Amino acid sequence: MAPLVLSAYTLVTANGRGVGPVLEAIRERRSGLKPCDFEDVTLKTYVGRVAGLEDFSLDHELKPFDCRNNRLAWLGLQQDGFTVAVAEARQRYGAHRIAVVMGTSTSGILETEHAYRARDPQTGQLPGRYTARYRYTHNMFSLGHFTRTCLGLQGPAMVISTACSSSAKAFATAARLMQAGLCDAAIVGGVDSLCHTTLYGFSALQLLSASPCRPCDEDRDGLSLGEAAGYALLEFGERVGGRGTVALLGYGESTDGYHMSHPHPEGAGAVHAIRDSLIRARLRPENIEYVNLHGTATPANDSVEDKAVYSIFGARPACSSTKGWTGHTLGAAGITEAVISALCLEHGVIPGTLNCLRVDPSLKSRILRENQIGPLSCVLSNIFGFGGNNCSLVLGKL
Amino acid sequence: MMKTAVQGIGLLASGLAGWDASRTVLAGFRPFRPGDTPDPEALILPPNERRRSSDCVRWAVQVAEEAIAQSGLDPRDVPTVFASSGGEMGVFDQLCRVLATPDRHVSPTLFHQSVHNTAAGYWGIATAGQQSSTALSCYDDSFAAGLLEAISIVCVEERPVLLVSYDLAVPAPLNNARPITEGFAVAFVVAPPLDDSPVIVQMRLEKANGRKSSSLPDPDLERLRLDNPAARSLPMLCAIAVGGSRTVGLDLLDCQQLILNVESCRPSAKAN
Repeated sequence: MAPLVLSAYTLVTANGRGVGPVLEAIRERRSGLKPCDFEDVTLKTYVGRVAGLEDFSLDHELKPFDCRNNRLAWLGLQQDGFTVAVAEARQRYGAHRIAVVMGTSTSGILETEHAYRARDPQTGQLPGRYTARYRYTHNMFSLGHFTRTCLGLQGPAMVISTACSSSAKAFATAARLMQAGLCDAAIVGGVDSLCHTTLYGFSALQLLSASPCRPCDEDRDGLSLGEAAGYALLEFGERVGGRGTVALLGYGESTDGYHMSHPHPEGAGAVHAIRDSLIRARLRPENIEYVNLHGTATPANDSVEDKAVYSIFGARPACSSTKGWTGHTLGAAGITEAVISALCLEHGVIPGTLNCLRVDPSLKSRILRENQIGPLSCVLSNIFGFGGNNCSLVLGKL
Repeated sequence: MMKTAVQGIGLLASGLAGWDASRTVLAGFRPFRPGDTPDPEALILPPNERRRSSDCVRWAVQVAEEAIAQSGLDPRDVPTVFASSGGEMGVFDQLCRVLATPDRHVSPTLFHQSVHNTAAGYWGIATAGQQSSTALSCYDDSFAAGLLEAISIVCVEERPVLLVSYDLAVPAPLNNARPITEGFAVAFVVAPPLDDSPVIVQMRLEKANGRKSSSLPDPDLERLRLDNPAARSLPMLCAIAVGGSRTVGLDLLDCQQLILNVESCRPSAKAN
């Protein structure tokens, strides 16, 4: 495929607002995970909560959209000069020629959770202030509606929701819309925020760790949930790409066709997604220098992912998971890790897996524990989700 | 213009039980008479999965199976796009009821069924498919967005795609937030056109001012179209059912429209 330049990108995670704090946290090996203090949740777990979302609300024409997920989305848009870059692109292409493809897994479901607690004791009805705003908060398209409203865009828009792979797949969908000539540029991204559904849901599946998650560690015992908002502006390389700019070179998508919440034991779907991403990027496995693992720190994910990665790359490329910094940001994991990969490429750093004290000896890939500094030209990022939904992205320098 | 062939159609709604049974209704030769709400069997699902599947899953899988059977394709070779405005609204209702109780004992099955790609996941499990699968939403225009994604895959990646669009009646009290009263599920297998493709759809994306989708002459069908986001596909289904050459407009948000030129070459053929 034709490379698509990430001509602007931004990220808000538990590590802070904007890419600066993310890079700083990586360099200083500082985790954003803290004991869970989200609302009245009593689970013994750690979360990557974004500070400050409780301290403001969306106002004026954005008022109907006000909910935790869209506040986080709004915070994301304010960082790294992203809206300025989009405004310039709008001048270049026209508002109708820029698509918005966002990913989220739970959208603003927290509003519905709150509304169910506030049901009328007599009638069982939900509060009117909630029902009137369902469209702008919980509905799956809310994030897409909000993003295009904030950015003043009028091109095709949709929200991809394939659980954890959502915002990685947003890159694939946007790339196709661009290649099909349906738009000239695209905003891709993802926003997912903490809610009771995912906290109690992952707890019910016994997938939450009681301590900060330890990807690839021999004693890893589950994931830590996080929240994040990230965006990238994609444009055709031949229009804006100078030498050294970071671009999406390929994507691969697959499903396991195996189970709703367990990965395929041999990682067959993951292998399929990785291979497809390399084919689209016209690269061979030996061109990949760093594999940004999905690495959720559940026993099953990390060992199955290792099998898949090793079967393609052997023990050559450096591999690591960044979930120890941010937690698993679910539908925002794709954009979180795409932006981290872009930062790695730009700044020549490979994050060593945070919280991994001793690499599980059964893992055969070359799992990095310490940061590695040096020029980098090509990264593969894996994201796998419920429903056996897999996506791999290849990012590299032009 | 992006040119694709329709190789199979699945349909399910009250009064529209399957594509073959519904063609004459949609072509205007027989009256539309909604009756009982369908309870699809979705026989392709393994018994275990069917027993615990949500209504959304069974509706979506039922129409997917119907469309794939008509196409003659092996489902394992066909990537999928699942489009739904709200996804598993019935599961959200159950989940949020549990989360409003003091102990919040969420069942693991209910939780994994709450994702927007639940139906897509169950279809993948039932067919042991490993192709790409996208689940998306665009509120009332989810069908149009799904069609855009499906046709993009057909044209860019030059391969057939299964598009499934569904939304079910929303249970109380959530129906005050999203008053969808009738279920509707539709599936299309869209593919690169061949010389003998019976149905050709050419699509272009146009700027539009305000909403101006094609409406339907039958008041009951028009009511269904406006009630359920998946039923926004009805003008396209009617154009195919009638046969000949027709143009259909589908809103994509407030400022764009998909213009579909539908050529249904052999309106009475492909009965099976």
